[in-house]
Amino acid sequence: MTKAITAQSLRKVYPGNPPVEALASIDVEIQDNEFFTLLGPSGCGKTTLLRLIAGFEHPTSGKLDMFGESLLDAPPYKRPINTVFQNYALFPHMTVAENIAFGLQMLGTPKASVNATVGEMMELVQMSHLADRQTGQISGGQQQRVALARALAPRPKILLLDEPLSALDFKLRKQMQLELKRLQTETGITFIFVTHDQEEALTMSDRIAVMSNGAIRQIGRPREIYDRPADRFVADFIGDTNFLPAEVISNSGEVTRLRLSSGQEVDAHARDGAQGKVTLALRPEHAELTDDGAGLLAGTLREVVYFGTDTHFHVTLDDGSDFVLRRQNSPADGNDFATGDRVGLTFPAGAAQVLRD
Amino acid sequence: MAKRGFDIRKLRGFSGIAMTCFVMLYMPIVLLVVYSFNAGTSVAIWEGFSWRWYVSAWDNEMVQEATVRSLIIALSAAAIATTAAVLAALATTRNRKFRGQTAIFALIHQPLMVPEIVTAVALLIFFATIKVATGYTGLMYLIIAHSAFCIPFAYLPIRARLQGMDLSLEQAAADLYATPFQVFRRVTLPQLWPGILAGAMLAFVISLDDVVITEFVKSAGQDTLPTYMLGQLRRVVTPEINAISTVLLMISVLMVIAYTLLSRTKK
Ligand SMILES: Nc1ncnc2c1ncn2[C@@H]1O[C@H](COP(=O)(O)OP(=O)(O)OP(=O)(O)O)[C@@H](O)[C@H]1O
Ligand SMILES: [Mg+2]
Repeated sequence: MTKAITAQSLRKVYPGNPPVEALASIDVEIQDNEFFTLLGPSGCGKTTLLRLIAGFEHPTSGKLDMFGESLLDAPPYKRPINTVFQNYALFPHMTVAENIAFGLQMLGTPKASVNATVGEMMELVQMSHLADRQTGQISGGQQQRVALARALAPRPKILLLDEPLSALDFKLRKQMQLELKRLQTETGITFIFVTHDQEEALTMSDRIAVMSNGAIRQIGRPREIYDRPADRFVADFIGDTNFLPAEVISNSGEVTRLRLSSGQEVDAHARDGAQGKVTLALRPEHAELTDDGAGLLAGTLREVVYFGTDTHFHVTLDDGSDFVLRRQNSPADGNDFATGDRVGLTFPAGAAQVLRD
Repeated sequence: MAKRGFDIRKLRGFSGIAMTCFVMLYMPIVLLVVYSFNAGTSVAIWEGFSWRWYVSAWDNEMVQEATVRSLIIALSAAAIATTAAVLAALATTRNRKFRGQTAIFALIHQPLMVPEIVTAVALLIFFATIKVATGYTGLMYLIIAHSAFCIPFAYLPIRARLQGMDLSLEQAAADLYATPFQVFRRVTLPQLWPGILAGAMLAFVISLDDVVITEFVKSAGQDTLPTYMLGQLRRVVTPEINAISTVLLMISVLMVIAYTLLSRTKK
């Protein structure tokens, strides 16, 4: 597989007083034709990484290649990369159609072909009826769709999308998510997608890079990221997680035998030879509630919260820590557990993940 | 009623002072305009309404020549100053900070800081040398001098407009394959127009109105409207001067109104 983007020890420090280190040292390989997502909290450097790839910023140090050739000397207008900007950046003195046509016109595409593509793009984002509106006179969600169409129209090799769906309402957002995914598969354009919505990241991406503080904490397929978070930050940022203290007894390969605070032993998943005291991550839906103290851990049921599709059980464990357990509801379920009950917890071997410190 | 905060309008004597200021500022101008319609030959004794001084000014060949000269100089100076101002504004807002940027600011604003009479004397001496060397005595000296002192006036609104513009628009254009020149043509310039027009009009009015530098730089027979009027005042004063002034006033007021409308940012 060819690599669309390769970054090596990419570092970006914004000059100033004090200087801001927006990217510490990024190593990442993004495959051609991939839907790659940058996921992380606000200010972690997602936009900065996109701006380096687009060419609006120059890295402080490090290497940045596109299809095996260095990007660093190419100005933005020579890179076959288009961006959907976080603030849309539509041209206010042009209509919707003129905005979408802009890239193709700059490439010197014949007029008939420009018009055809613009029509197609407007249909795609459902903006045909507003073709002749000034961009100042359309809603935020509509602006976002125009920005998307404008970036897609020239058929770039790589499309950078900086939170392109954040201004859309729930229904349109879901629809556009599917649309984007379909588009990416059909056109074969490499998508680098920024979001801080973990659900969006999990449903759309081929691979996800989880970032924090200018560094990539983990890169992997959605399932890997969710089921096998590498460290506490990733486990905490994506989905809900219970953290359990444990001690390593022995390990062989990826399976590690651990002793829990209750003294019980269980097999868990570990990336590399973990030793001594470690932290286990366990998803709320991977644990099961058992009667009075039976199972791996014991505690007292403090709260039962009904959510429609599932119920959350908040348990205070005997070591004093809190544990949340989620169970899907079914019509057969009765009120089998009540607040104040003495309960036990159990989970299958391999469900828990040993975190890197 | 609860006690209000400090309100300057409540200060004793404030309205009196304000009124006095207004009267002192505008009364002479009102009188000037009124007497431009005087039927008599005096600028102080009212003898009835008439357009005669407007007709007289219109028919006065000296006034005609001075007007044409003023317009040529003002239009050329406005064009040159605005072009220079656009380039200067681009260089000072769209570049990385460069060494000597502060010095450039000082240079651009020189006409605002150096007393006009000093510039006038300096230009007089400088151009005299060139006149001797080249023998050329045309309007170019005035045009160049006017262009120079008009630059900061054209520069200010253009720079303000450029600074207020969203940089990401230019980046978006570059992202969509526009070369730096195309970015300027297709994105920067269309949004800069109001600023450019405003700057040009300001430069035009400033040039039209100049006396001091013009008086020093002009060769014989190169009177502009203001220097012609100044010359007339030394002789007989008739309401013709009032009529010319009133027309100039109208032009300035119209320009200022247009300038205000243009520099108001759309919301
Ligand atoms: N031009 C700049 N000059 C100085 N610091 C900057 C600049 N742009 C961004 N930063 C800083 O760099 C860090 C990363 O910013 P960046 O915009 O990449 O974050 P982000 O992950 O895109 O955040 P968000 O989700 O809020 O958009 C932040 O601490 C930010 O304050
Ligand atoms: Mg951002």
